[in-house]
Amino acid sequence: MTNPKPVSGPQADTAEPPAETAPRDGGPVRSGWRMLLPTMTPWLALGLVLIGGITLFGLIGPHLVGDPGQIRDQGLTGPSAEFPLGTTQTGQDVLAQLAHATRGSLQIGFIVGVLATALSAFFGIYGAYRGRFIDEAFSLLSNVFLVIPGLPLVIVISGFVPRESRGLWTIALVLALTSWAASARVLRAQTLSVRNRDYVAAAQVSGERPWRVITVEILPNLLPVIASQFVFAVIAAILGEAGLAFIGLGASNSSTLGTMLFYAQNGFALPLGAWWWFVPPGLIIALIGMGLSLVNFSIDEIINPKLKNLRLHRKRARRAARLERELARASRRSGQAPDTDAPAAEEPTR
Amino acid sequence: MSYFLRKLGFYAVALWAALTLNFAIPRMLPGNPVDILLAKLQQRGGTVSQETREAYALLLGGGDSGPLWQQYLDYFKNLLRGDLGVSVSYYPAQVSDVIAQSLPWTVVLVGLSTVIAAVLGVMLGAFVGWRPGTWLDSLVPATTLLAAVPYFWLALLLTYLLARVLGWFPMQGGYDVALTPGWNAEFIGSAIQYGFLPALTIVLASIGGWLLGMRNMMVSTLSEDYILTAEAKGLSPRKILRSYASRNAVLPSVAGFAISLGFVVSGSVITEQVFSYPGLGGRLLGAVQNNDYALMQGVFLFITLAVLGANLVVDLLYGLIDPRTRARS
Repeated sequence: MTNPKPVSGPQADTAEPPAETAPRDGGPVRSGWRMLLPTMTPWLALGLVLIGGITLFGLIGPHLVGDPGQIRDQGLTGPSAEFPLGTTQTGQDVLAQLAHATRGSLQIGFIVGVLATALSAFFGIYGAYRGRFIDEAFSLLSNVFLVIPGLPLVIVISGFVPRESRGLWTIALVLALTSWAASARVLRAQTLSVRNRDYVAAAQVSGERPWRVITVEILPNLLPVIASQFVFAVIAAILGEAGLAFIGLGASNSSTLGTMLFYAQNGFALPLGAWWWFVPPGLIIALIGMGLSLVNFSIDEIINPKLKNLRLHRKRARRAARLERELARASRRSGQAPDTDAPAAEEPTR
Repeated sequence: MSYFLRKLGFYAVALWAALTLNFAIPRMLPGNPVDILLAKLQQRGGTVSQETREAYALLLGGGDSGPLWQQYLDYFKNLLRGDLGVSVSYYPAQVSDVIAQSLPWTVVLVGLSTVIAAVLGVMLGAFVGWRPGTWLDSLVPATTLLAAVPYFWLALLLTYLLARVLGWFPMQGGYDVALTPGWNAEFIGSAIQYGFLPALTIVLASIGGWLLGMRNMMVSTLSEDYILTAEAKGLSPRKILRSYASRNAVLPSVAGFAISLGFVVSGSVITEQVFSYPGLGGRLLGAVQNNDYALMQGVFLFITLAVLGANLVVDLLYGLIDPRTRARS
């Protein structure tokens, strides 16, 4: 947040058009769809770089590393030139495992994110749009799901499913079923406020079908909220799956970051002090989560413009302070006034 | 008054839904838990009579004791009597006894650390949001890293650093096994020493969410007119912070307690596994690994009950704190 002009060359490739720099005071107001895109800030850039980097690692990494399951006779060695992240107890390459596990975790995070967002959109938006009985029923359902603790439920369900039929999709479905409720409640509240606006009423009166009113008139208003919820759902799914896998209830025949931690814990990595075995998987999870949260900060600014005003206000205050310093310095030297940001300096109190 | 009745009614429905889920899950999923359980029971030297079989079948389905609705009614009857069946992994102990033994550990650990995290997080959030733009504020995005860290991984890290490298705390367990549990100073001291790391894990992992929520609400509240009025009246900043801004900003945090409690309980279940803590979470996982379905369902039921109860209390309190919620419903 210290850089007033954040988008420069190296970050421009992060899915954001370069024109999206912070608007200068008095500059043209952004309109239409571009209002839905977040302003580029250093934190957003950091988040996008983190996610992009880890996704690339998960996509390309598995092709570059060796076989993650290969057993060697040099067990539990620390990081070395041959194995940058050391080896496990049975001599498997931790880096190779990490690449495959990252791919697995991202995959399940994405699947669950999509499923949970779809569920919450259906129960939240459709219920609030139809109103009356359907709304009451849907909102009761989501409230009940909200107060029933998710992970214990997931553990019980996974415990009953026999190991052989506990595939990737089973786990994804279970995680999605237990994580949509909070988002549905928020979407319902938002939909209720949008539903009564005049243009929605106009569309209804002119005989549009319900699904068209929902997708064309209501949904665009909710896009930032849904995007933010999708990001949260992905974080929650990656964390939830890691937790499940860590206690040995993950999808069979899949390798994720949680599975790695499960084997590390069961291989006594902790008492043996093999930090290179259990630190990297957790760190990757934390970095994915951090990257996604940082992106969410920027989405939050669209949903709640007060947060954005705060940032702009802070920036203006900083710029004003800097200009004052420069002016003072300039007048001491009895030189000319600073030229670069002079127009902005005339309205620092706004 | 209708607000309170409505809330009570809602939690009654939620309770019924949880009990029904508990009834339906083993019947809907593949596999035959009753046979697995009985086989385990015989291994441990238990006698499998026709009654034991029927008792388990009531709990887990797969029996032939009448139509589904009859099973459903009998299931509720058994629950009302507090009969959750016999635990296989702790044979011949009753499930309810196993739960009663481990419940205090979890309640104290999770309860205390949740309260500490909430109070600390809300206070820090109030200060950070009160003075936007200071160096504290730029720390806020860093808390996202803490919030995104898996509980159990943080637990592993802390154990590695504080217990293995520095040796300040014991690595595993709930108390020194040389001592007999009881209400004496020595035992309680040992329990605190053993519980410190798990509690620290839960506090560290959950404080970020409280901080962030409070900070964002503070920022929104500060632009309200009544804050401006208070400043114009010449009230001291401390008074505005305490009586005007944070009081209003804290409301969503209180209301969000339901969601956060669910997360904390979920996280602590796995954290207990890392520390081999003798609480409910450890029992649940032990039950899953040993296919002890009766214990598994009992523990799930208890965790759900506890979370529902805590939420009910918070919701009722919230109705008292914020009159608007009562007026709206």
